[in-house]
Amino acid sequence: MDALILQFLNGLDKGSAYALIALGLTLIFGTLGVVNFAHGAMFMIGAFCAVAMQSMLNISKVTLDPTKLDFLGNPAQIRTPMVESLFGPELGGSIINWSVPLSILLAIPVMLALGFIMERGLIKHFYKRPHADQILVTFGLAIVLQEIIKYFYGANPIPTPAPDAFRGSIDFGVLIGYAQNTIIYPAWRLVYFTFSAVIIAAVFAFLQFTTFGMVVRAGMADRETVGLLGINIDKRFTIMFGIAAAVAGMAGAMYAPINSPNYHMGMDFLVLSFVVVVVGGMGSLPGAVLAGFLLGVVESFASMNEVKSLIPGIDQIIIYLIAIIILLTRPRGLMGRKGVMEE
Amino acid sequence: MSKFEINRRGLIKSGAAIGAGLALPTIFTRNAYAYVNEPKGATVTLGFNVPQSGPYADEGADELRAFQLAVEHLNGEGDGGMIGTFSSKMLKGNGILGKKVAYVSGDTQTKSDAARASAKSMIEKDGAIMISGGSSSGVAVAVQGLCQEAGVIFMAGLTHSNDTTGKDKKANGFRHFFNAYMSAAALGPVLKSLYGTDRSAYHLTADYTWGWTQEASMIAATEALGWKTVNKVLTPLAATDFSSYIAPVLNSGADVLVLNHYGGNMVNSLTQAVQFGLRDKQVNGKNFEIVVPLYSELMAKGAGKNIAGIVGSQNWDWKLEDEGTKSFVKSFGEKYGFPPSQAAQTCYAQTLLYADAVERAGTFDPCGVVEALEGFEFDGLGNGKTLYRKEDHQCFKDVLVVRGAENPQDEFHLVDIVEVTPVAQVTYEPENEMFAGGNLGKCNSGA
Repeated sequence: MDALILQFLNGLDKGSAYALIALGLTLIFGTLGVVNFAHGAMFMIGAFCAVAMQSMLNISKVTLDPTKLDFLGNPAQIRTPMVESLFGPELGGSIINWSVPLSILLAIPVMLALGFIMERGLIKHFYKRPHADQILVTFGLAIVLQEIIKYFYGANPIPTPAPDAFRGSIDFGVLIGYAQNTIIYPAWRLVYFTFSAVIIAAVFAFLQFTTFGMVVRAGMADRETVGLLGINIDKRFTIMFGIAAAVAGMAGAMYAPINSPNYHMGMDFLVLSFVVVVVGGMGSLPGAVLAGFLLGVVESFASMNEVKSLIPGIDQIIIYLIAIIILLTRPRGLMGRKGVMEE
Repeated sequence: MSKFEINRRGLIKSGAAIGAGLALPTIFTRNAYAYVNEPKGATVTLGFNVPQSGPYADEGADELRAFQLAVEHLNGEGDGGMIGTFSSKMLKGNGILGKKVAYVSGDTQTKSDAARASAKSMIEKDGAIMISGGSSSGVAVAVQGLCQEAGVIFMAGLTHSNDTTGKDKKANGFRHFFNAYMSAAALGPVLKSLYGTDRSAYHLTADYTWGWTQEASMIAATEALGWKTVNKVLTPLAATDFSSYIAPVLNSGADVLVLNHYGGNMVNSLTQAVQFGLRDKQVNGKNFEIVVPLYSELMAKGAGKNIAGIVGSQNWDWKLEDEGTKSFVKSFGEKYGFPPSQAAQTCYAQTLLYADAVERAGTFDPCGVVEALEGFEFDGLGNGKTLYRKEDHQCFKDVLVVRGAENPQDEFHLVDIVEVTPVAQVTYEPENEMFAGGNLGKCNSGA
């Protein structure tokens, strides 16, 4: 039973990332009708916002220490972070230690701006083009973005640790009445799941309870009529593109301690996230979230040794197998709307 | 008016005469085109096939730096690096056989088909007479096969699978880097002294040629110590989140996790294993331990503090104290500003070894080079006394057992050397079952 609970937690955690990316993809598709293959790159750039924040906070004053030698026998360089010089070693050290959560403050404006530039500069020119063209141009954009990141940060993963307070694991079993040391789970993964739940709830609340959200929902349902009412729906959709990019960016930034960021991490998530969107139903926000968590949990259970011993390799195909079954039995996905991508 | 008539007998006679006529000049000029890409001018071209894009691009960049440095030293530029410490004194800094060394580079993309295409282009279009480099066993095996067919020498870069000099060995291919068997043989005694003989190991293994041979080698070595193998689980090469594979380890009864992973796989699986609290866990009354059989400095950097205390093996480390290492680190460090990786060292050494073999053979003919390299014993290239074994073209030398640094002195100090395992301990018979099934075949000069 403890193994099942552990895999369930893993599934929720994986599902959090899938759901956050798929939510952004669906927002863009539902509002602008664009199939955005560059969305994985938004996730990756978000993770690199965490790397950039860590680097900025570690900008150091360099002094030479003649008592220590470097690998060539020259006086060693001693680096003192400017933050520590400004705020003292204790507070400065704490700020550096919390660089990943702090990177959210960087990720939001960067991703909003990037989303805005992408939409106005490139993607708007492809609204009336076939989906195949949109896929090609956004996929090309994703490759360009990842090569830019590789140029500046290299191809190797960059360690971006969580704050010390969340670096270890917690005894989750004790919290739910199990014996000690039976269900140990990484603290940061629980933080990530909570963070995802808050972001997903915030996006839904924004769409559900604000006038802006109401107009966007109306535009998603019938763009033309909303336009005829004199509302500049394009402007709102552009903002939604930025919000979707920001959601992916925040998801990426907070994911950095789980998988050390590398330039390719967006592509690793992209295909899975598209499967999530298709399973959830193109254009359905609740469908994207539901399918994200569902596929995350199923994928985790499929990785169990007991399951793999029955069906070897099932962990690698389970998501696609489910997608096939869902599309055969419910062609519009779990919560898809009639008419979306069916013209 | 005469009439031209042709009959069967006449045709055969004429054909024989024309054939003999055409063949005659080649009898006297055979040496002019004795082997593929024979250098005719004042330069000789080497082909460096390294990953310049893809996940191992940084490792590839380091290999390329080492190749460039080796070419400079061969041409008499710079401080000469390990040419001065190399036991063979054939290299004089005047190129190879008096020809200035030029090079071309290609991008393997860490994909076998791309690597083959790139090597083919360097051989056919650029006239490369030797191909070297690479950072993956799949690529090494593929390019080695191509070089054998094309008739050029392949001096492998970073490739650690037993298969490269085992079932996939080729007469034209040579590996300086160590292999999975050697890692396990070196790690065995150290693991015994550190963790004892009563241990239960759980293996997570990358699902491809290198992972399989690494897992088999580690299981053989640890079971010989008395360890039990609790489970061995293959993980997809493309996996990034290993939580589903690590979670079952927690309550499996295992007290050691062996991560037969490399590159990004290693960074992520190790980081996540540490996050799951495995290193703080007590199982069977013992501290839970993690072992990473193959270390790479660049990957260790990616794993950050998570490598502290984790044991693994390396082919070479810049902190070794021998004269060859010191010279190489000085040359490389002064040129690039940081110490070289083991991938760089093996590529540099392979270039010098090739050049030296050509000098000793007195020819660029691949068959002459093969003969010169087979059974060649040397020293002074950073790994101590080394033998290029004739039977499988594998280098036999000391292997390093290392441990992730607990208190790194600087950003370059990633691992501490635990032990330099003597070559005798990692040597195996050519017929060893882990290397069975292959055949070197005959050298091919492409003539």
